[in-house]
Amino acid sequence: MSTAAKLNIRNLDSNEYFYGHKACGGCGESLALRLALKVLGDDAYLSLPAGCMAAVSFIYPNMAFKNNAIITPFASTAAVTTGIAAGLEALGKEKPLSVGFAGDGGTADIGIQSLSGAIDRGEKFIYICTDNEAYMNTGIQKSGLTPFGASTTTTPSGKVIHGNINEKKNMFEIVAAHGIKYAATASIGYLDDFINKVQKAKDCDGPSYIHVYSPCPTGWGHGAELSVDLGKEVVDTGLWYLAEYEEGEFKLNRKPKEFKSIHDHLVRQARFRHIGEDELKVIEETRDAKWAKMLKNWN
Amino acid sequence: MKDFAFLNGNEAIAYGVKLSRPHVIAAYPITPQTKAVEKLSAFVQDGELDCKYMHVESEHSAMACSIGSSSVGARTFTATSSQGLLYMSECLPYASGARLPIVMMNANRSIATPWNIYGDQMDSMHVLNSGWIQLYVEDAQEALDMVIQSFKLAENHEILTPVMINVDGFVLTHTYEKVEIPPQDQVDAFLPEIKAAPHLMSDENKMSMCISAGNQHYMEFKIKQHRDMFKVFDELEKIDADFLKSFGRNYGGAVEGYRNEDAEVLLVTTGSVTGTVRAVVDSMRDEGKKVGVIKLRILRPFPVDEICRNISQARAVGILDKNISFGYEGTVFTNVNSALQQKGLTISTTNFIGGLGGKDITKVNIRNMFENLLSGEGETVQYSNMGCAL
Repeated sequence: MSTAAKLNIRNLDSNEYFYGHKACGGCGESLALRLALKVLGDDAYLSLPAGCMAAVSFIYPNMAFKNNAIITPFASTAAVTTGIAAGLEALGKEKPLSVGFAGDGGTADIGIQSLSGAIDRGEKFIYICTDNEAYMNTGIQKSGLTPFGASTTTTPSGKVIHGNINEKKNMFEIVAAHGIKYAATASIGYLDDFINKVQKAKDCDGPSYIHVYSPCPTGWGHGAELSVDLGKEVVDTGLWYLAEYEEGEFKLNRKPKEFKSIHDHLVRQARFRHIGEDELKVIEETRDAKWAKMLKNWN
Repeated sequence: MKDFAFLNGNEAIAYGVKLSRPHVIAAYPITPQTKAVEKLSAFVQDGELDCKYMHVESEHSAMACSIGSSSVGARTFTATSSQGLLYMSECLPYASGARLPIVMMNANRSIATPWNIYGDQMDSMHVLNSGWIQLYVEDAQEALDMVIQSFKLAENHEILTPVMINVDGFVLTHTYEKVEIPPQDQVDAFLPEIKAAPHLMSDENKMSMCISAGNQHYMEFKIKQHRDMFKVFDELEKIDADFLKSFGRNYGGAVEGYRNEDAEVLLVTTGSVTGTVRAVVDSMRDEGKKVGVIKLRILRPFPVDEICRNISQARAVGILDKNISFGYEGTVFTNVNSALQQKGLTISTTNFIGGLGGKDITKVNIRNMFENLLSGEGETVQYSNMGCAL
């Protein structure tokens, strides 16, 4: 791992590598992508599946990436990413940097098989999951990473069933279970933490994975100006956590002394406004159980 | 000094790939293609072939990895069959639309259900419209040689279209034949290093690839792709002629005729069954019957001119299909009839559907087809060698 100085807003690359795209105002994903590229630089080859970030950036003839970039088949982010790395290496390029960016559905649902295969092969690549907790590009449908209680267009708050009844899939630990070289969770609310994790992934000599929580004003029903704030608050409420998996060990990067109110956090998002006391209790209990385990088992 | 070996079709393909020096191979095993990828992995593990071998977790990823490596200009090979071809089928138009010169072997095999591992051509017909060049080979030597020719064809900057080499499952993949292995230096001279196409990603020329094109532009991309496919015929003939000069054998471009010039009736074939048909033609010729065979070597692009030129003098033509388009007829039959219609030719055509799920197509079956054509009687679409009445 690099011993270079920590990245922060003052020493971060001031060049832009991702601009002129057509993402919504306040888009968490595009912020994560823009900042990650400032760490990765324009030598990185980017692979993005069908999804918001591909849809807003490759509209012929206006291309939004300064880097080499390719839209992959939906299920194939990690396969194309590693294929690019293999091709470049076979052509004689030393230490090519090939990076996949996919959303929650592209990662935890349709792309999980190719991601698993790519990690298993042990090749050097970076995979960044920009998680906005539903299929936003197709119009806010439930994915495997949609949290319990959230209403989406396929898990609406109905008369009988109130939003999503499933728990969010635990991608971070699924990825870690492969024995991956480096994995981390992050949030666009804690950007210093995120960009330094991207730097670690860049320096890592094997597969690496970063799961970055990325609020979506359009899909979640909140003001564009709240995205970063919600990305911070979700960590402070304990509903998301900042952690790393490195050399076989889990580590919590941030342990809030006390959690902020889940209720106050959720009511700021239209997707949770329907939930009642019962659902809130489930969310709290799930959070507490998760934190009890993390605090007991992780460093 | 010629180097001969006793190889099955899978191994012949593997030798063809080794001689073509790919940068990347990404493949997933499936019967009856397995021996090809086993041989290729052995070449890599033994240090005989210097390339990245990607042990992918599925055919979908085999093609997606191939898309990745080809999109940075690496010579890329993969191989599959049957369900595997269908599983990766989403990625096939993706590769052809991105104009990536990937070469793939498909071991022709039936499609479930019922499950069946034996050879027919239902799998490749399923993806006939995927924008890939589709070649069909008759024997192991042609399989080896066409790998080398296919890279040259696909990588031509006027064409930039991926190639699927179809090799009949078991009949070719698992049958041993005497095969000449050309010397590496001659292959290197014939097939130079890949020259990266200008639309690909590179450090020097950063690109966005596999872009979106809206309703103002999409059709133009696709018609350009379609038109470039027609350049394949001339290039294939040129490559074939050069191949003859370099290696002393050739295959005749899009179609190959056998005793067809003065034939009254002809059978149009693809792939390995052609060998059996040749034998039947010889014995029927001995009996004074004017029969012949036209082997279609390529189904996409479809050689309208070549097929019509070669069958127009015949009184009746049979089309042997190892596939069926349910609710209609054999797909080669449809294509040949359309070609005849385009050229204003009216020849009696009959469709013989056979060999599904590896059902034998025997000499007797083929003789019956010829007799049927000579007599001018029988249904337009017939089923060969059915085991029971339905």
